[in-house]
Amino acid sequence: MRKTELAVVGAGPAGISGALEAASYGVKVTLIDRGDRPGGQLVKQTHKFFGWHAKGAGTRGIVLAEQLARHIRENENVTFFGSTEALGYYSDKVLLLETPRGIEPLQCERLLVATGASEKMLLFPGNDLPGVYGAGAVQTLMNVYGVRPGRSVLMVGSGNIGLIVSYQLVQAGVRVAAVLEAMPVIGGYAVHASKIRRLGIPILTGHSIKEAYGDGQVEGAVIWKLDEKWNGIPGTEKDLKVDVICLATGLTPLGELLWQAGAQMEYVSELGGFVPLYDENMETTAKGVFVAGDASGVEEASTAMAEGKLAGLSAAWSLGRVPPEEFTRKREEIRNELYQLRAGPTGQKILRGLETLSKRAKKVTA
Amino acid sequence: MDLRIEDHPILSFPERKKVKFFWEGREVWGYEGEPVASALHAAGIKVLHKSLKLDHPRGFFCAIGNCSSCLVVIDGVPNVRACTAKLRAGMRVEMQRGAGPAPSDRE
Repeated sequence: MRKTELAVVGAGPAGISGALEAASYGVKVTLIDRGDRPGGQLVKQTHKFFGWHAKGAGTRGIVLAEQLARHIRENENVTFFGSTEALGYYSDKVLLLETPRGIEPLQCERLLVATGASEKMLLFPGNDLPGVYGAGAVQTLMNVYGVRPGRSVLMVGSGNIGLIVSYQLVQAGVRVAAVLEAMPVIGGYAVHASKIRRLGIPILTGHSIKEAYGDGQVEGAVIWKLDEKWNGIPGTEKDLKVDVICLATGLTPLGELLWQAGAQMEYVSELGGFVPLYDENMETTAKGVFVAGDASGVEEASTAMAEGKLAGLSAAWSLGRVPPEEFTRKREEIRNELYQLRAGPTGQKILRGLETLSKRAKKVTA
Repeated sequence: MDLRIEDHPILSFPERKKVKFFWEGREVWGYEGEPVASALHAAGIKVLHKSLKLDHPRGFFCAIGNCSSCLVVIDGVPNVRACTAKLRAGMRVEMQRGAGPAPSDRE
C-alpha cells in the first residue's frame, strides 16, 4: 500500500499552505485534488486581492494560483495527486482514493481536510432550470475555459462575489441586467459596488427573485420587492428577459469527509453551515484529522492560507518534527495574523461564529 | 453572439486543438481537454440531463464536480459529470434520461 506521513485533501489556498508548511519540516506530504492542477478556486479569480500586501494583496488570484502551484511542483517532499477524489478515511488511517487509475488506498499518519465550500442554493420556482448557475460556475466557465455563460445575466446577491463576478461578466462582454440584494444594504465592499454602478448596472436592494421561467431553459426572471419580513410584495413584480440567473448567495462548508471520518460537527450559521469542532492546533475531535480553510468556516483566501499554515505546522509538530518552543512561537504568530485578518466587519461575524464553536468545544471536553 | 471569448482585458486563452464529437448523434466541436460541459455550452446546448422522477431538464450548476446536476452518458457509460469529464475527439455524448441505461442495456 502506498504510504505518506500527511495526506492533504484539497489543493486550494488552505491545503497548499498546509502542505508546504509541513513539508518545510521534512514531512512527506501527499496533496490530493479533484482538479488536474493545484490552486483550487484561485484559478478562476481574475480580480486582485484586498488586505495586506505582504500576504498577497494586490495580486490576482490566477497569478497567486500559479505561484502556489510552482511551489508545490518544486517541493520534493510534496507529491501531487490530481484528478483524484478522497472517498473516505478509516480508523486504520487509510484514506481511500478514486484516481484516474482506479481505486487506491493511501496509508497516512495524519490527515488535513481542506475541501473548501460549495454554493448555497436559493429556493424559488424554476430554480432547477438550466441557466440557473452558481457564481463560481460562471467564473469557472468564463475565466478558466473562456466560454460566456450567456448573453444577459441576472445576478442574485450583492456580496463581494456577486459584485466581482458581475464586473467580470461585463469584462467578458456579457450584459448584466441587474444585481439583486434581499438585505436593505449592499453586502460587499463599496469599491466593488461603485464599479458596478459606474457601468450603469442597477443594484436593487430589498429585492429578490420570485421565479425563473422558460421552456426547458431560462428565458427570464420575475423579481419583486421584499417587505421588512422578507416576504415579496405583490404588485411590485418586474419581468427581466435574461438567459442566465447567477446565484451569489453564499457558500457552505464541504464537510462530507469530516462527517465520514467521525469528527464532531456543529451548525454555526456565521460560519456557513456545519463545521467540525477543532482545537487551537486546528485538530478536529477525530484524532490526527486536521481542518483548514472554508471547510472549517467560510471566509476568504488569506485566512484560509493562514489556517492551512497553522494546520500544517501542527501536523508536523504532532509527528515530532517541530521543536516545542518553535511550535509555540510560530503558532502565536499565525494566530495573531488570523486575528488581524479578521479585524473588519466581516471578520466580526466570523469571530462570533468561532466564539460559538469554541463554547461548544469546551462542553465536549468538559 | 459567439459564446467563446476571443478578446479579454485580463485573460488570454492558449491555442487549443479543435476536435469533433457527438451530442445526441449530431456532430459538434470543442477544444480537446476542456470539460464536456463547456464545449456543449459553447455549442448552445444547455439541457444535459432529465431528472429522475419528474423528467425536468437539468444543466450544470456548480461546474466543479460537486452537485451532479450535469450527468450525461459518455460512450455508453451513464452518470458521468459533464463538468469534469475531459473532451476527446469522437466522444459520443448523450443526454441522460433519469438513471441512464442500465449495464445490461449497453453493448
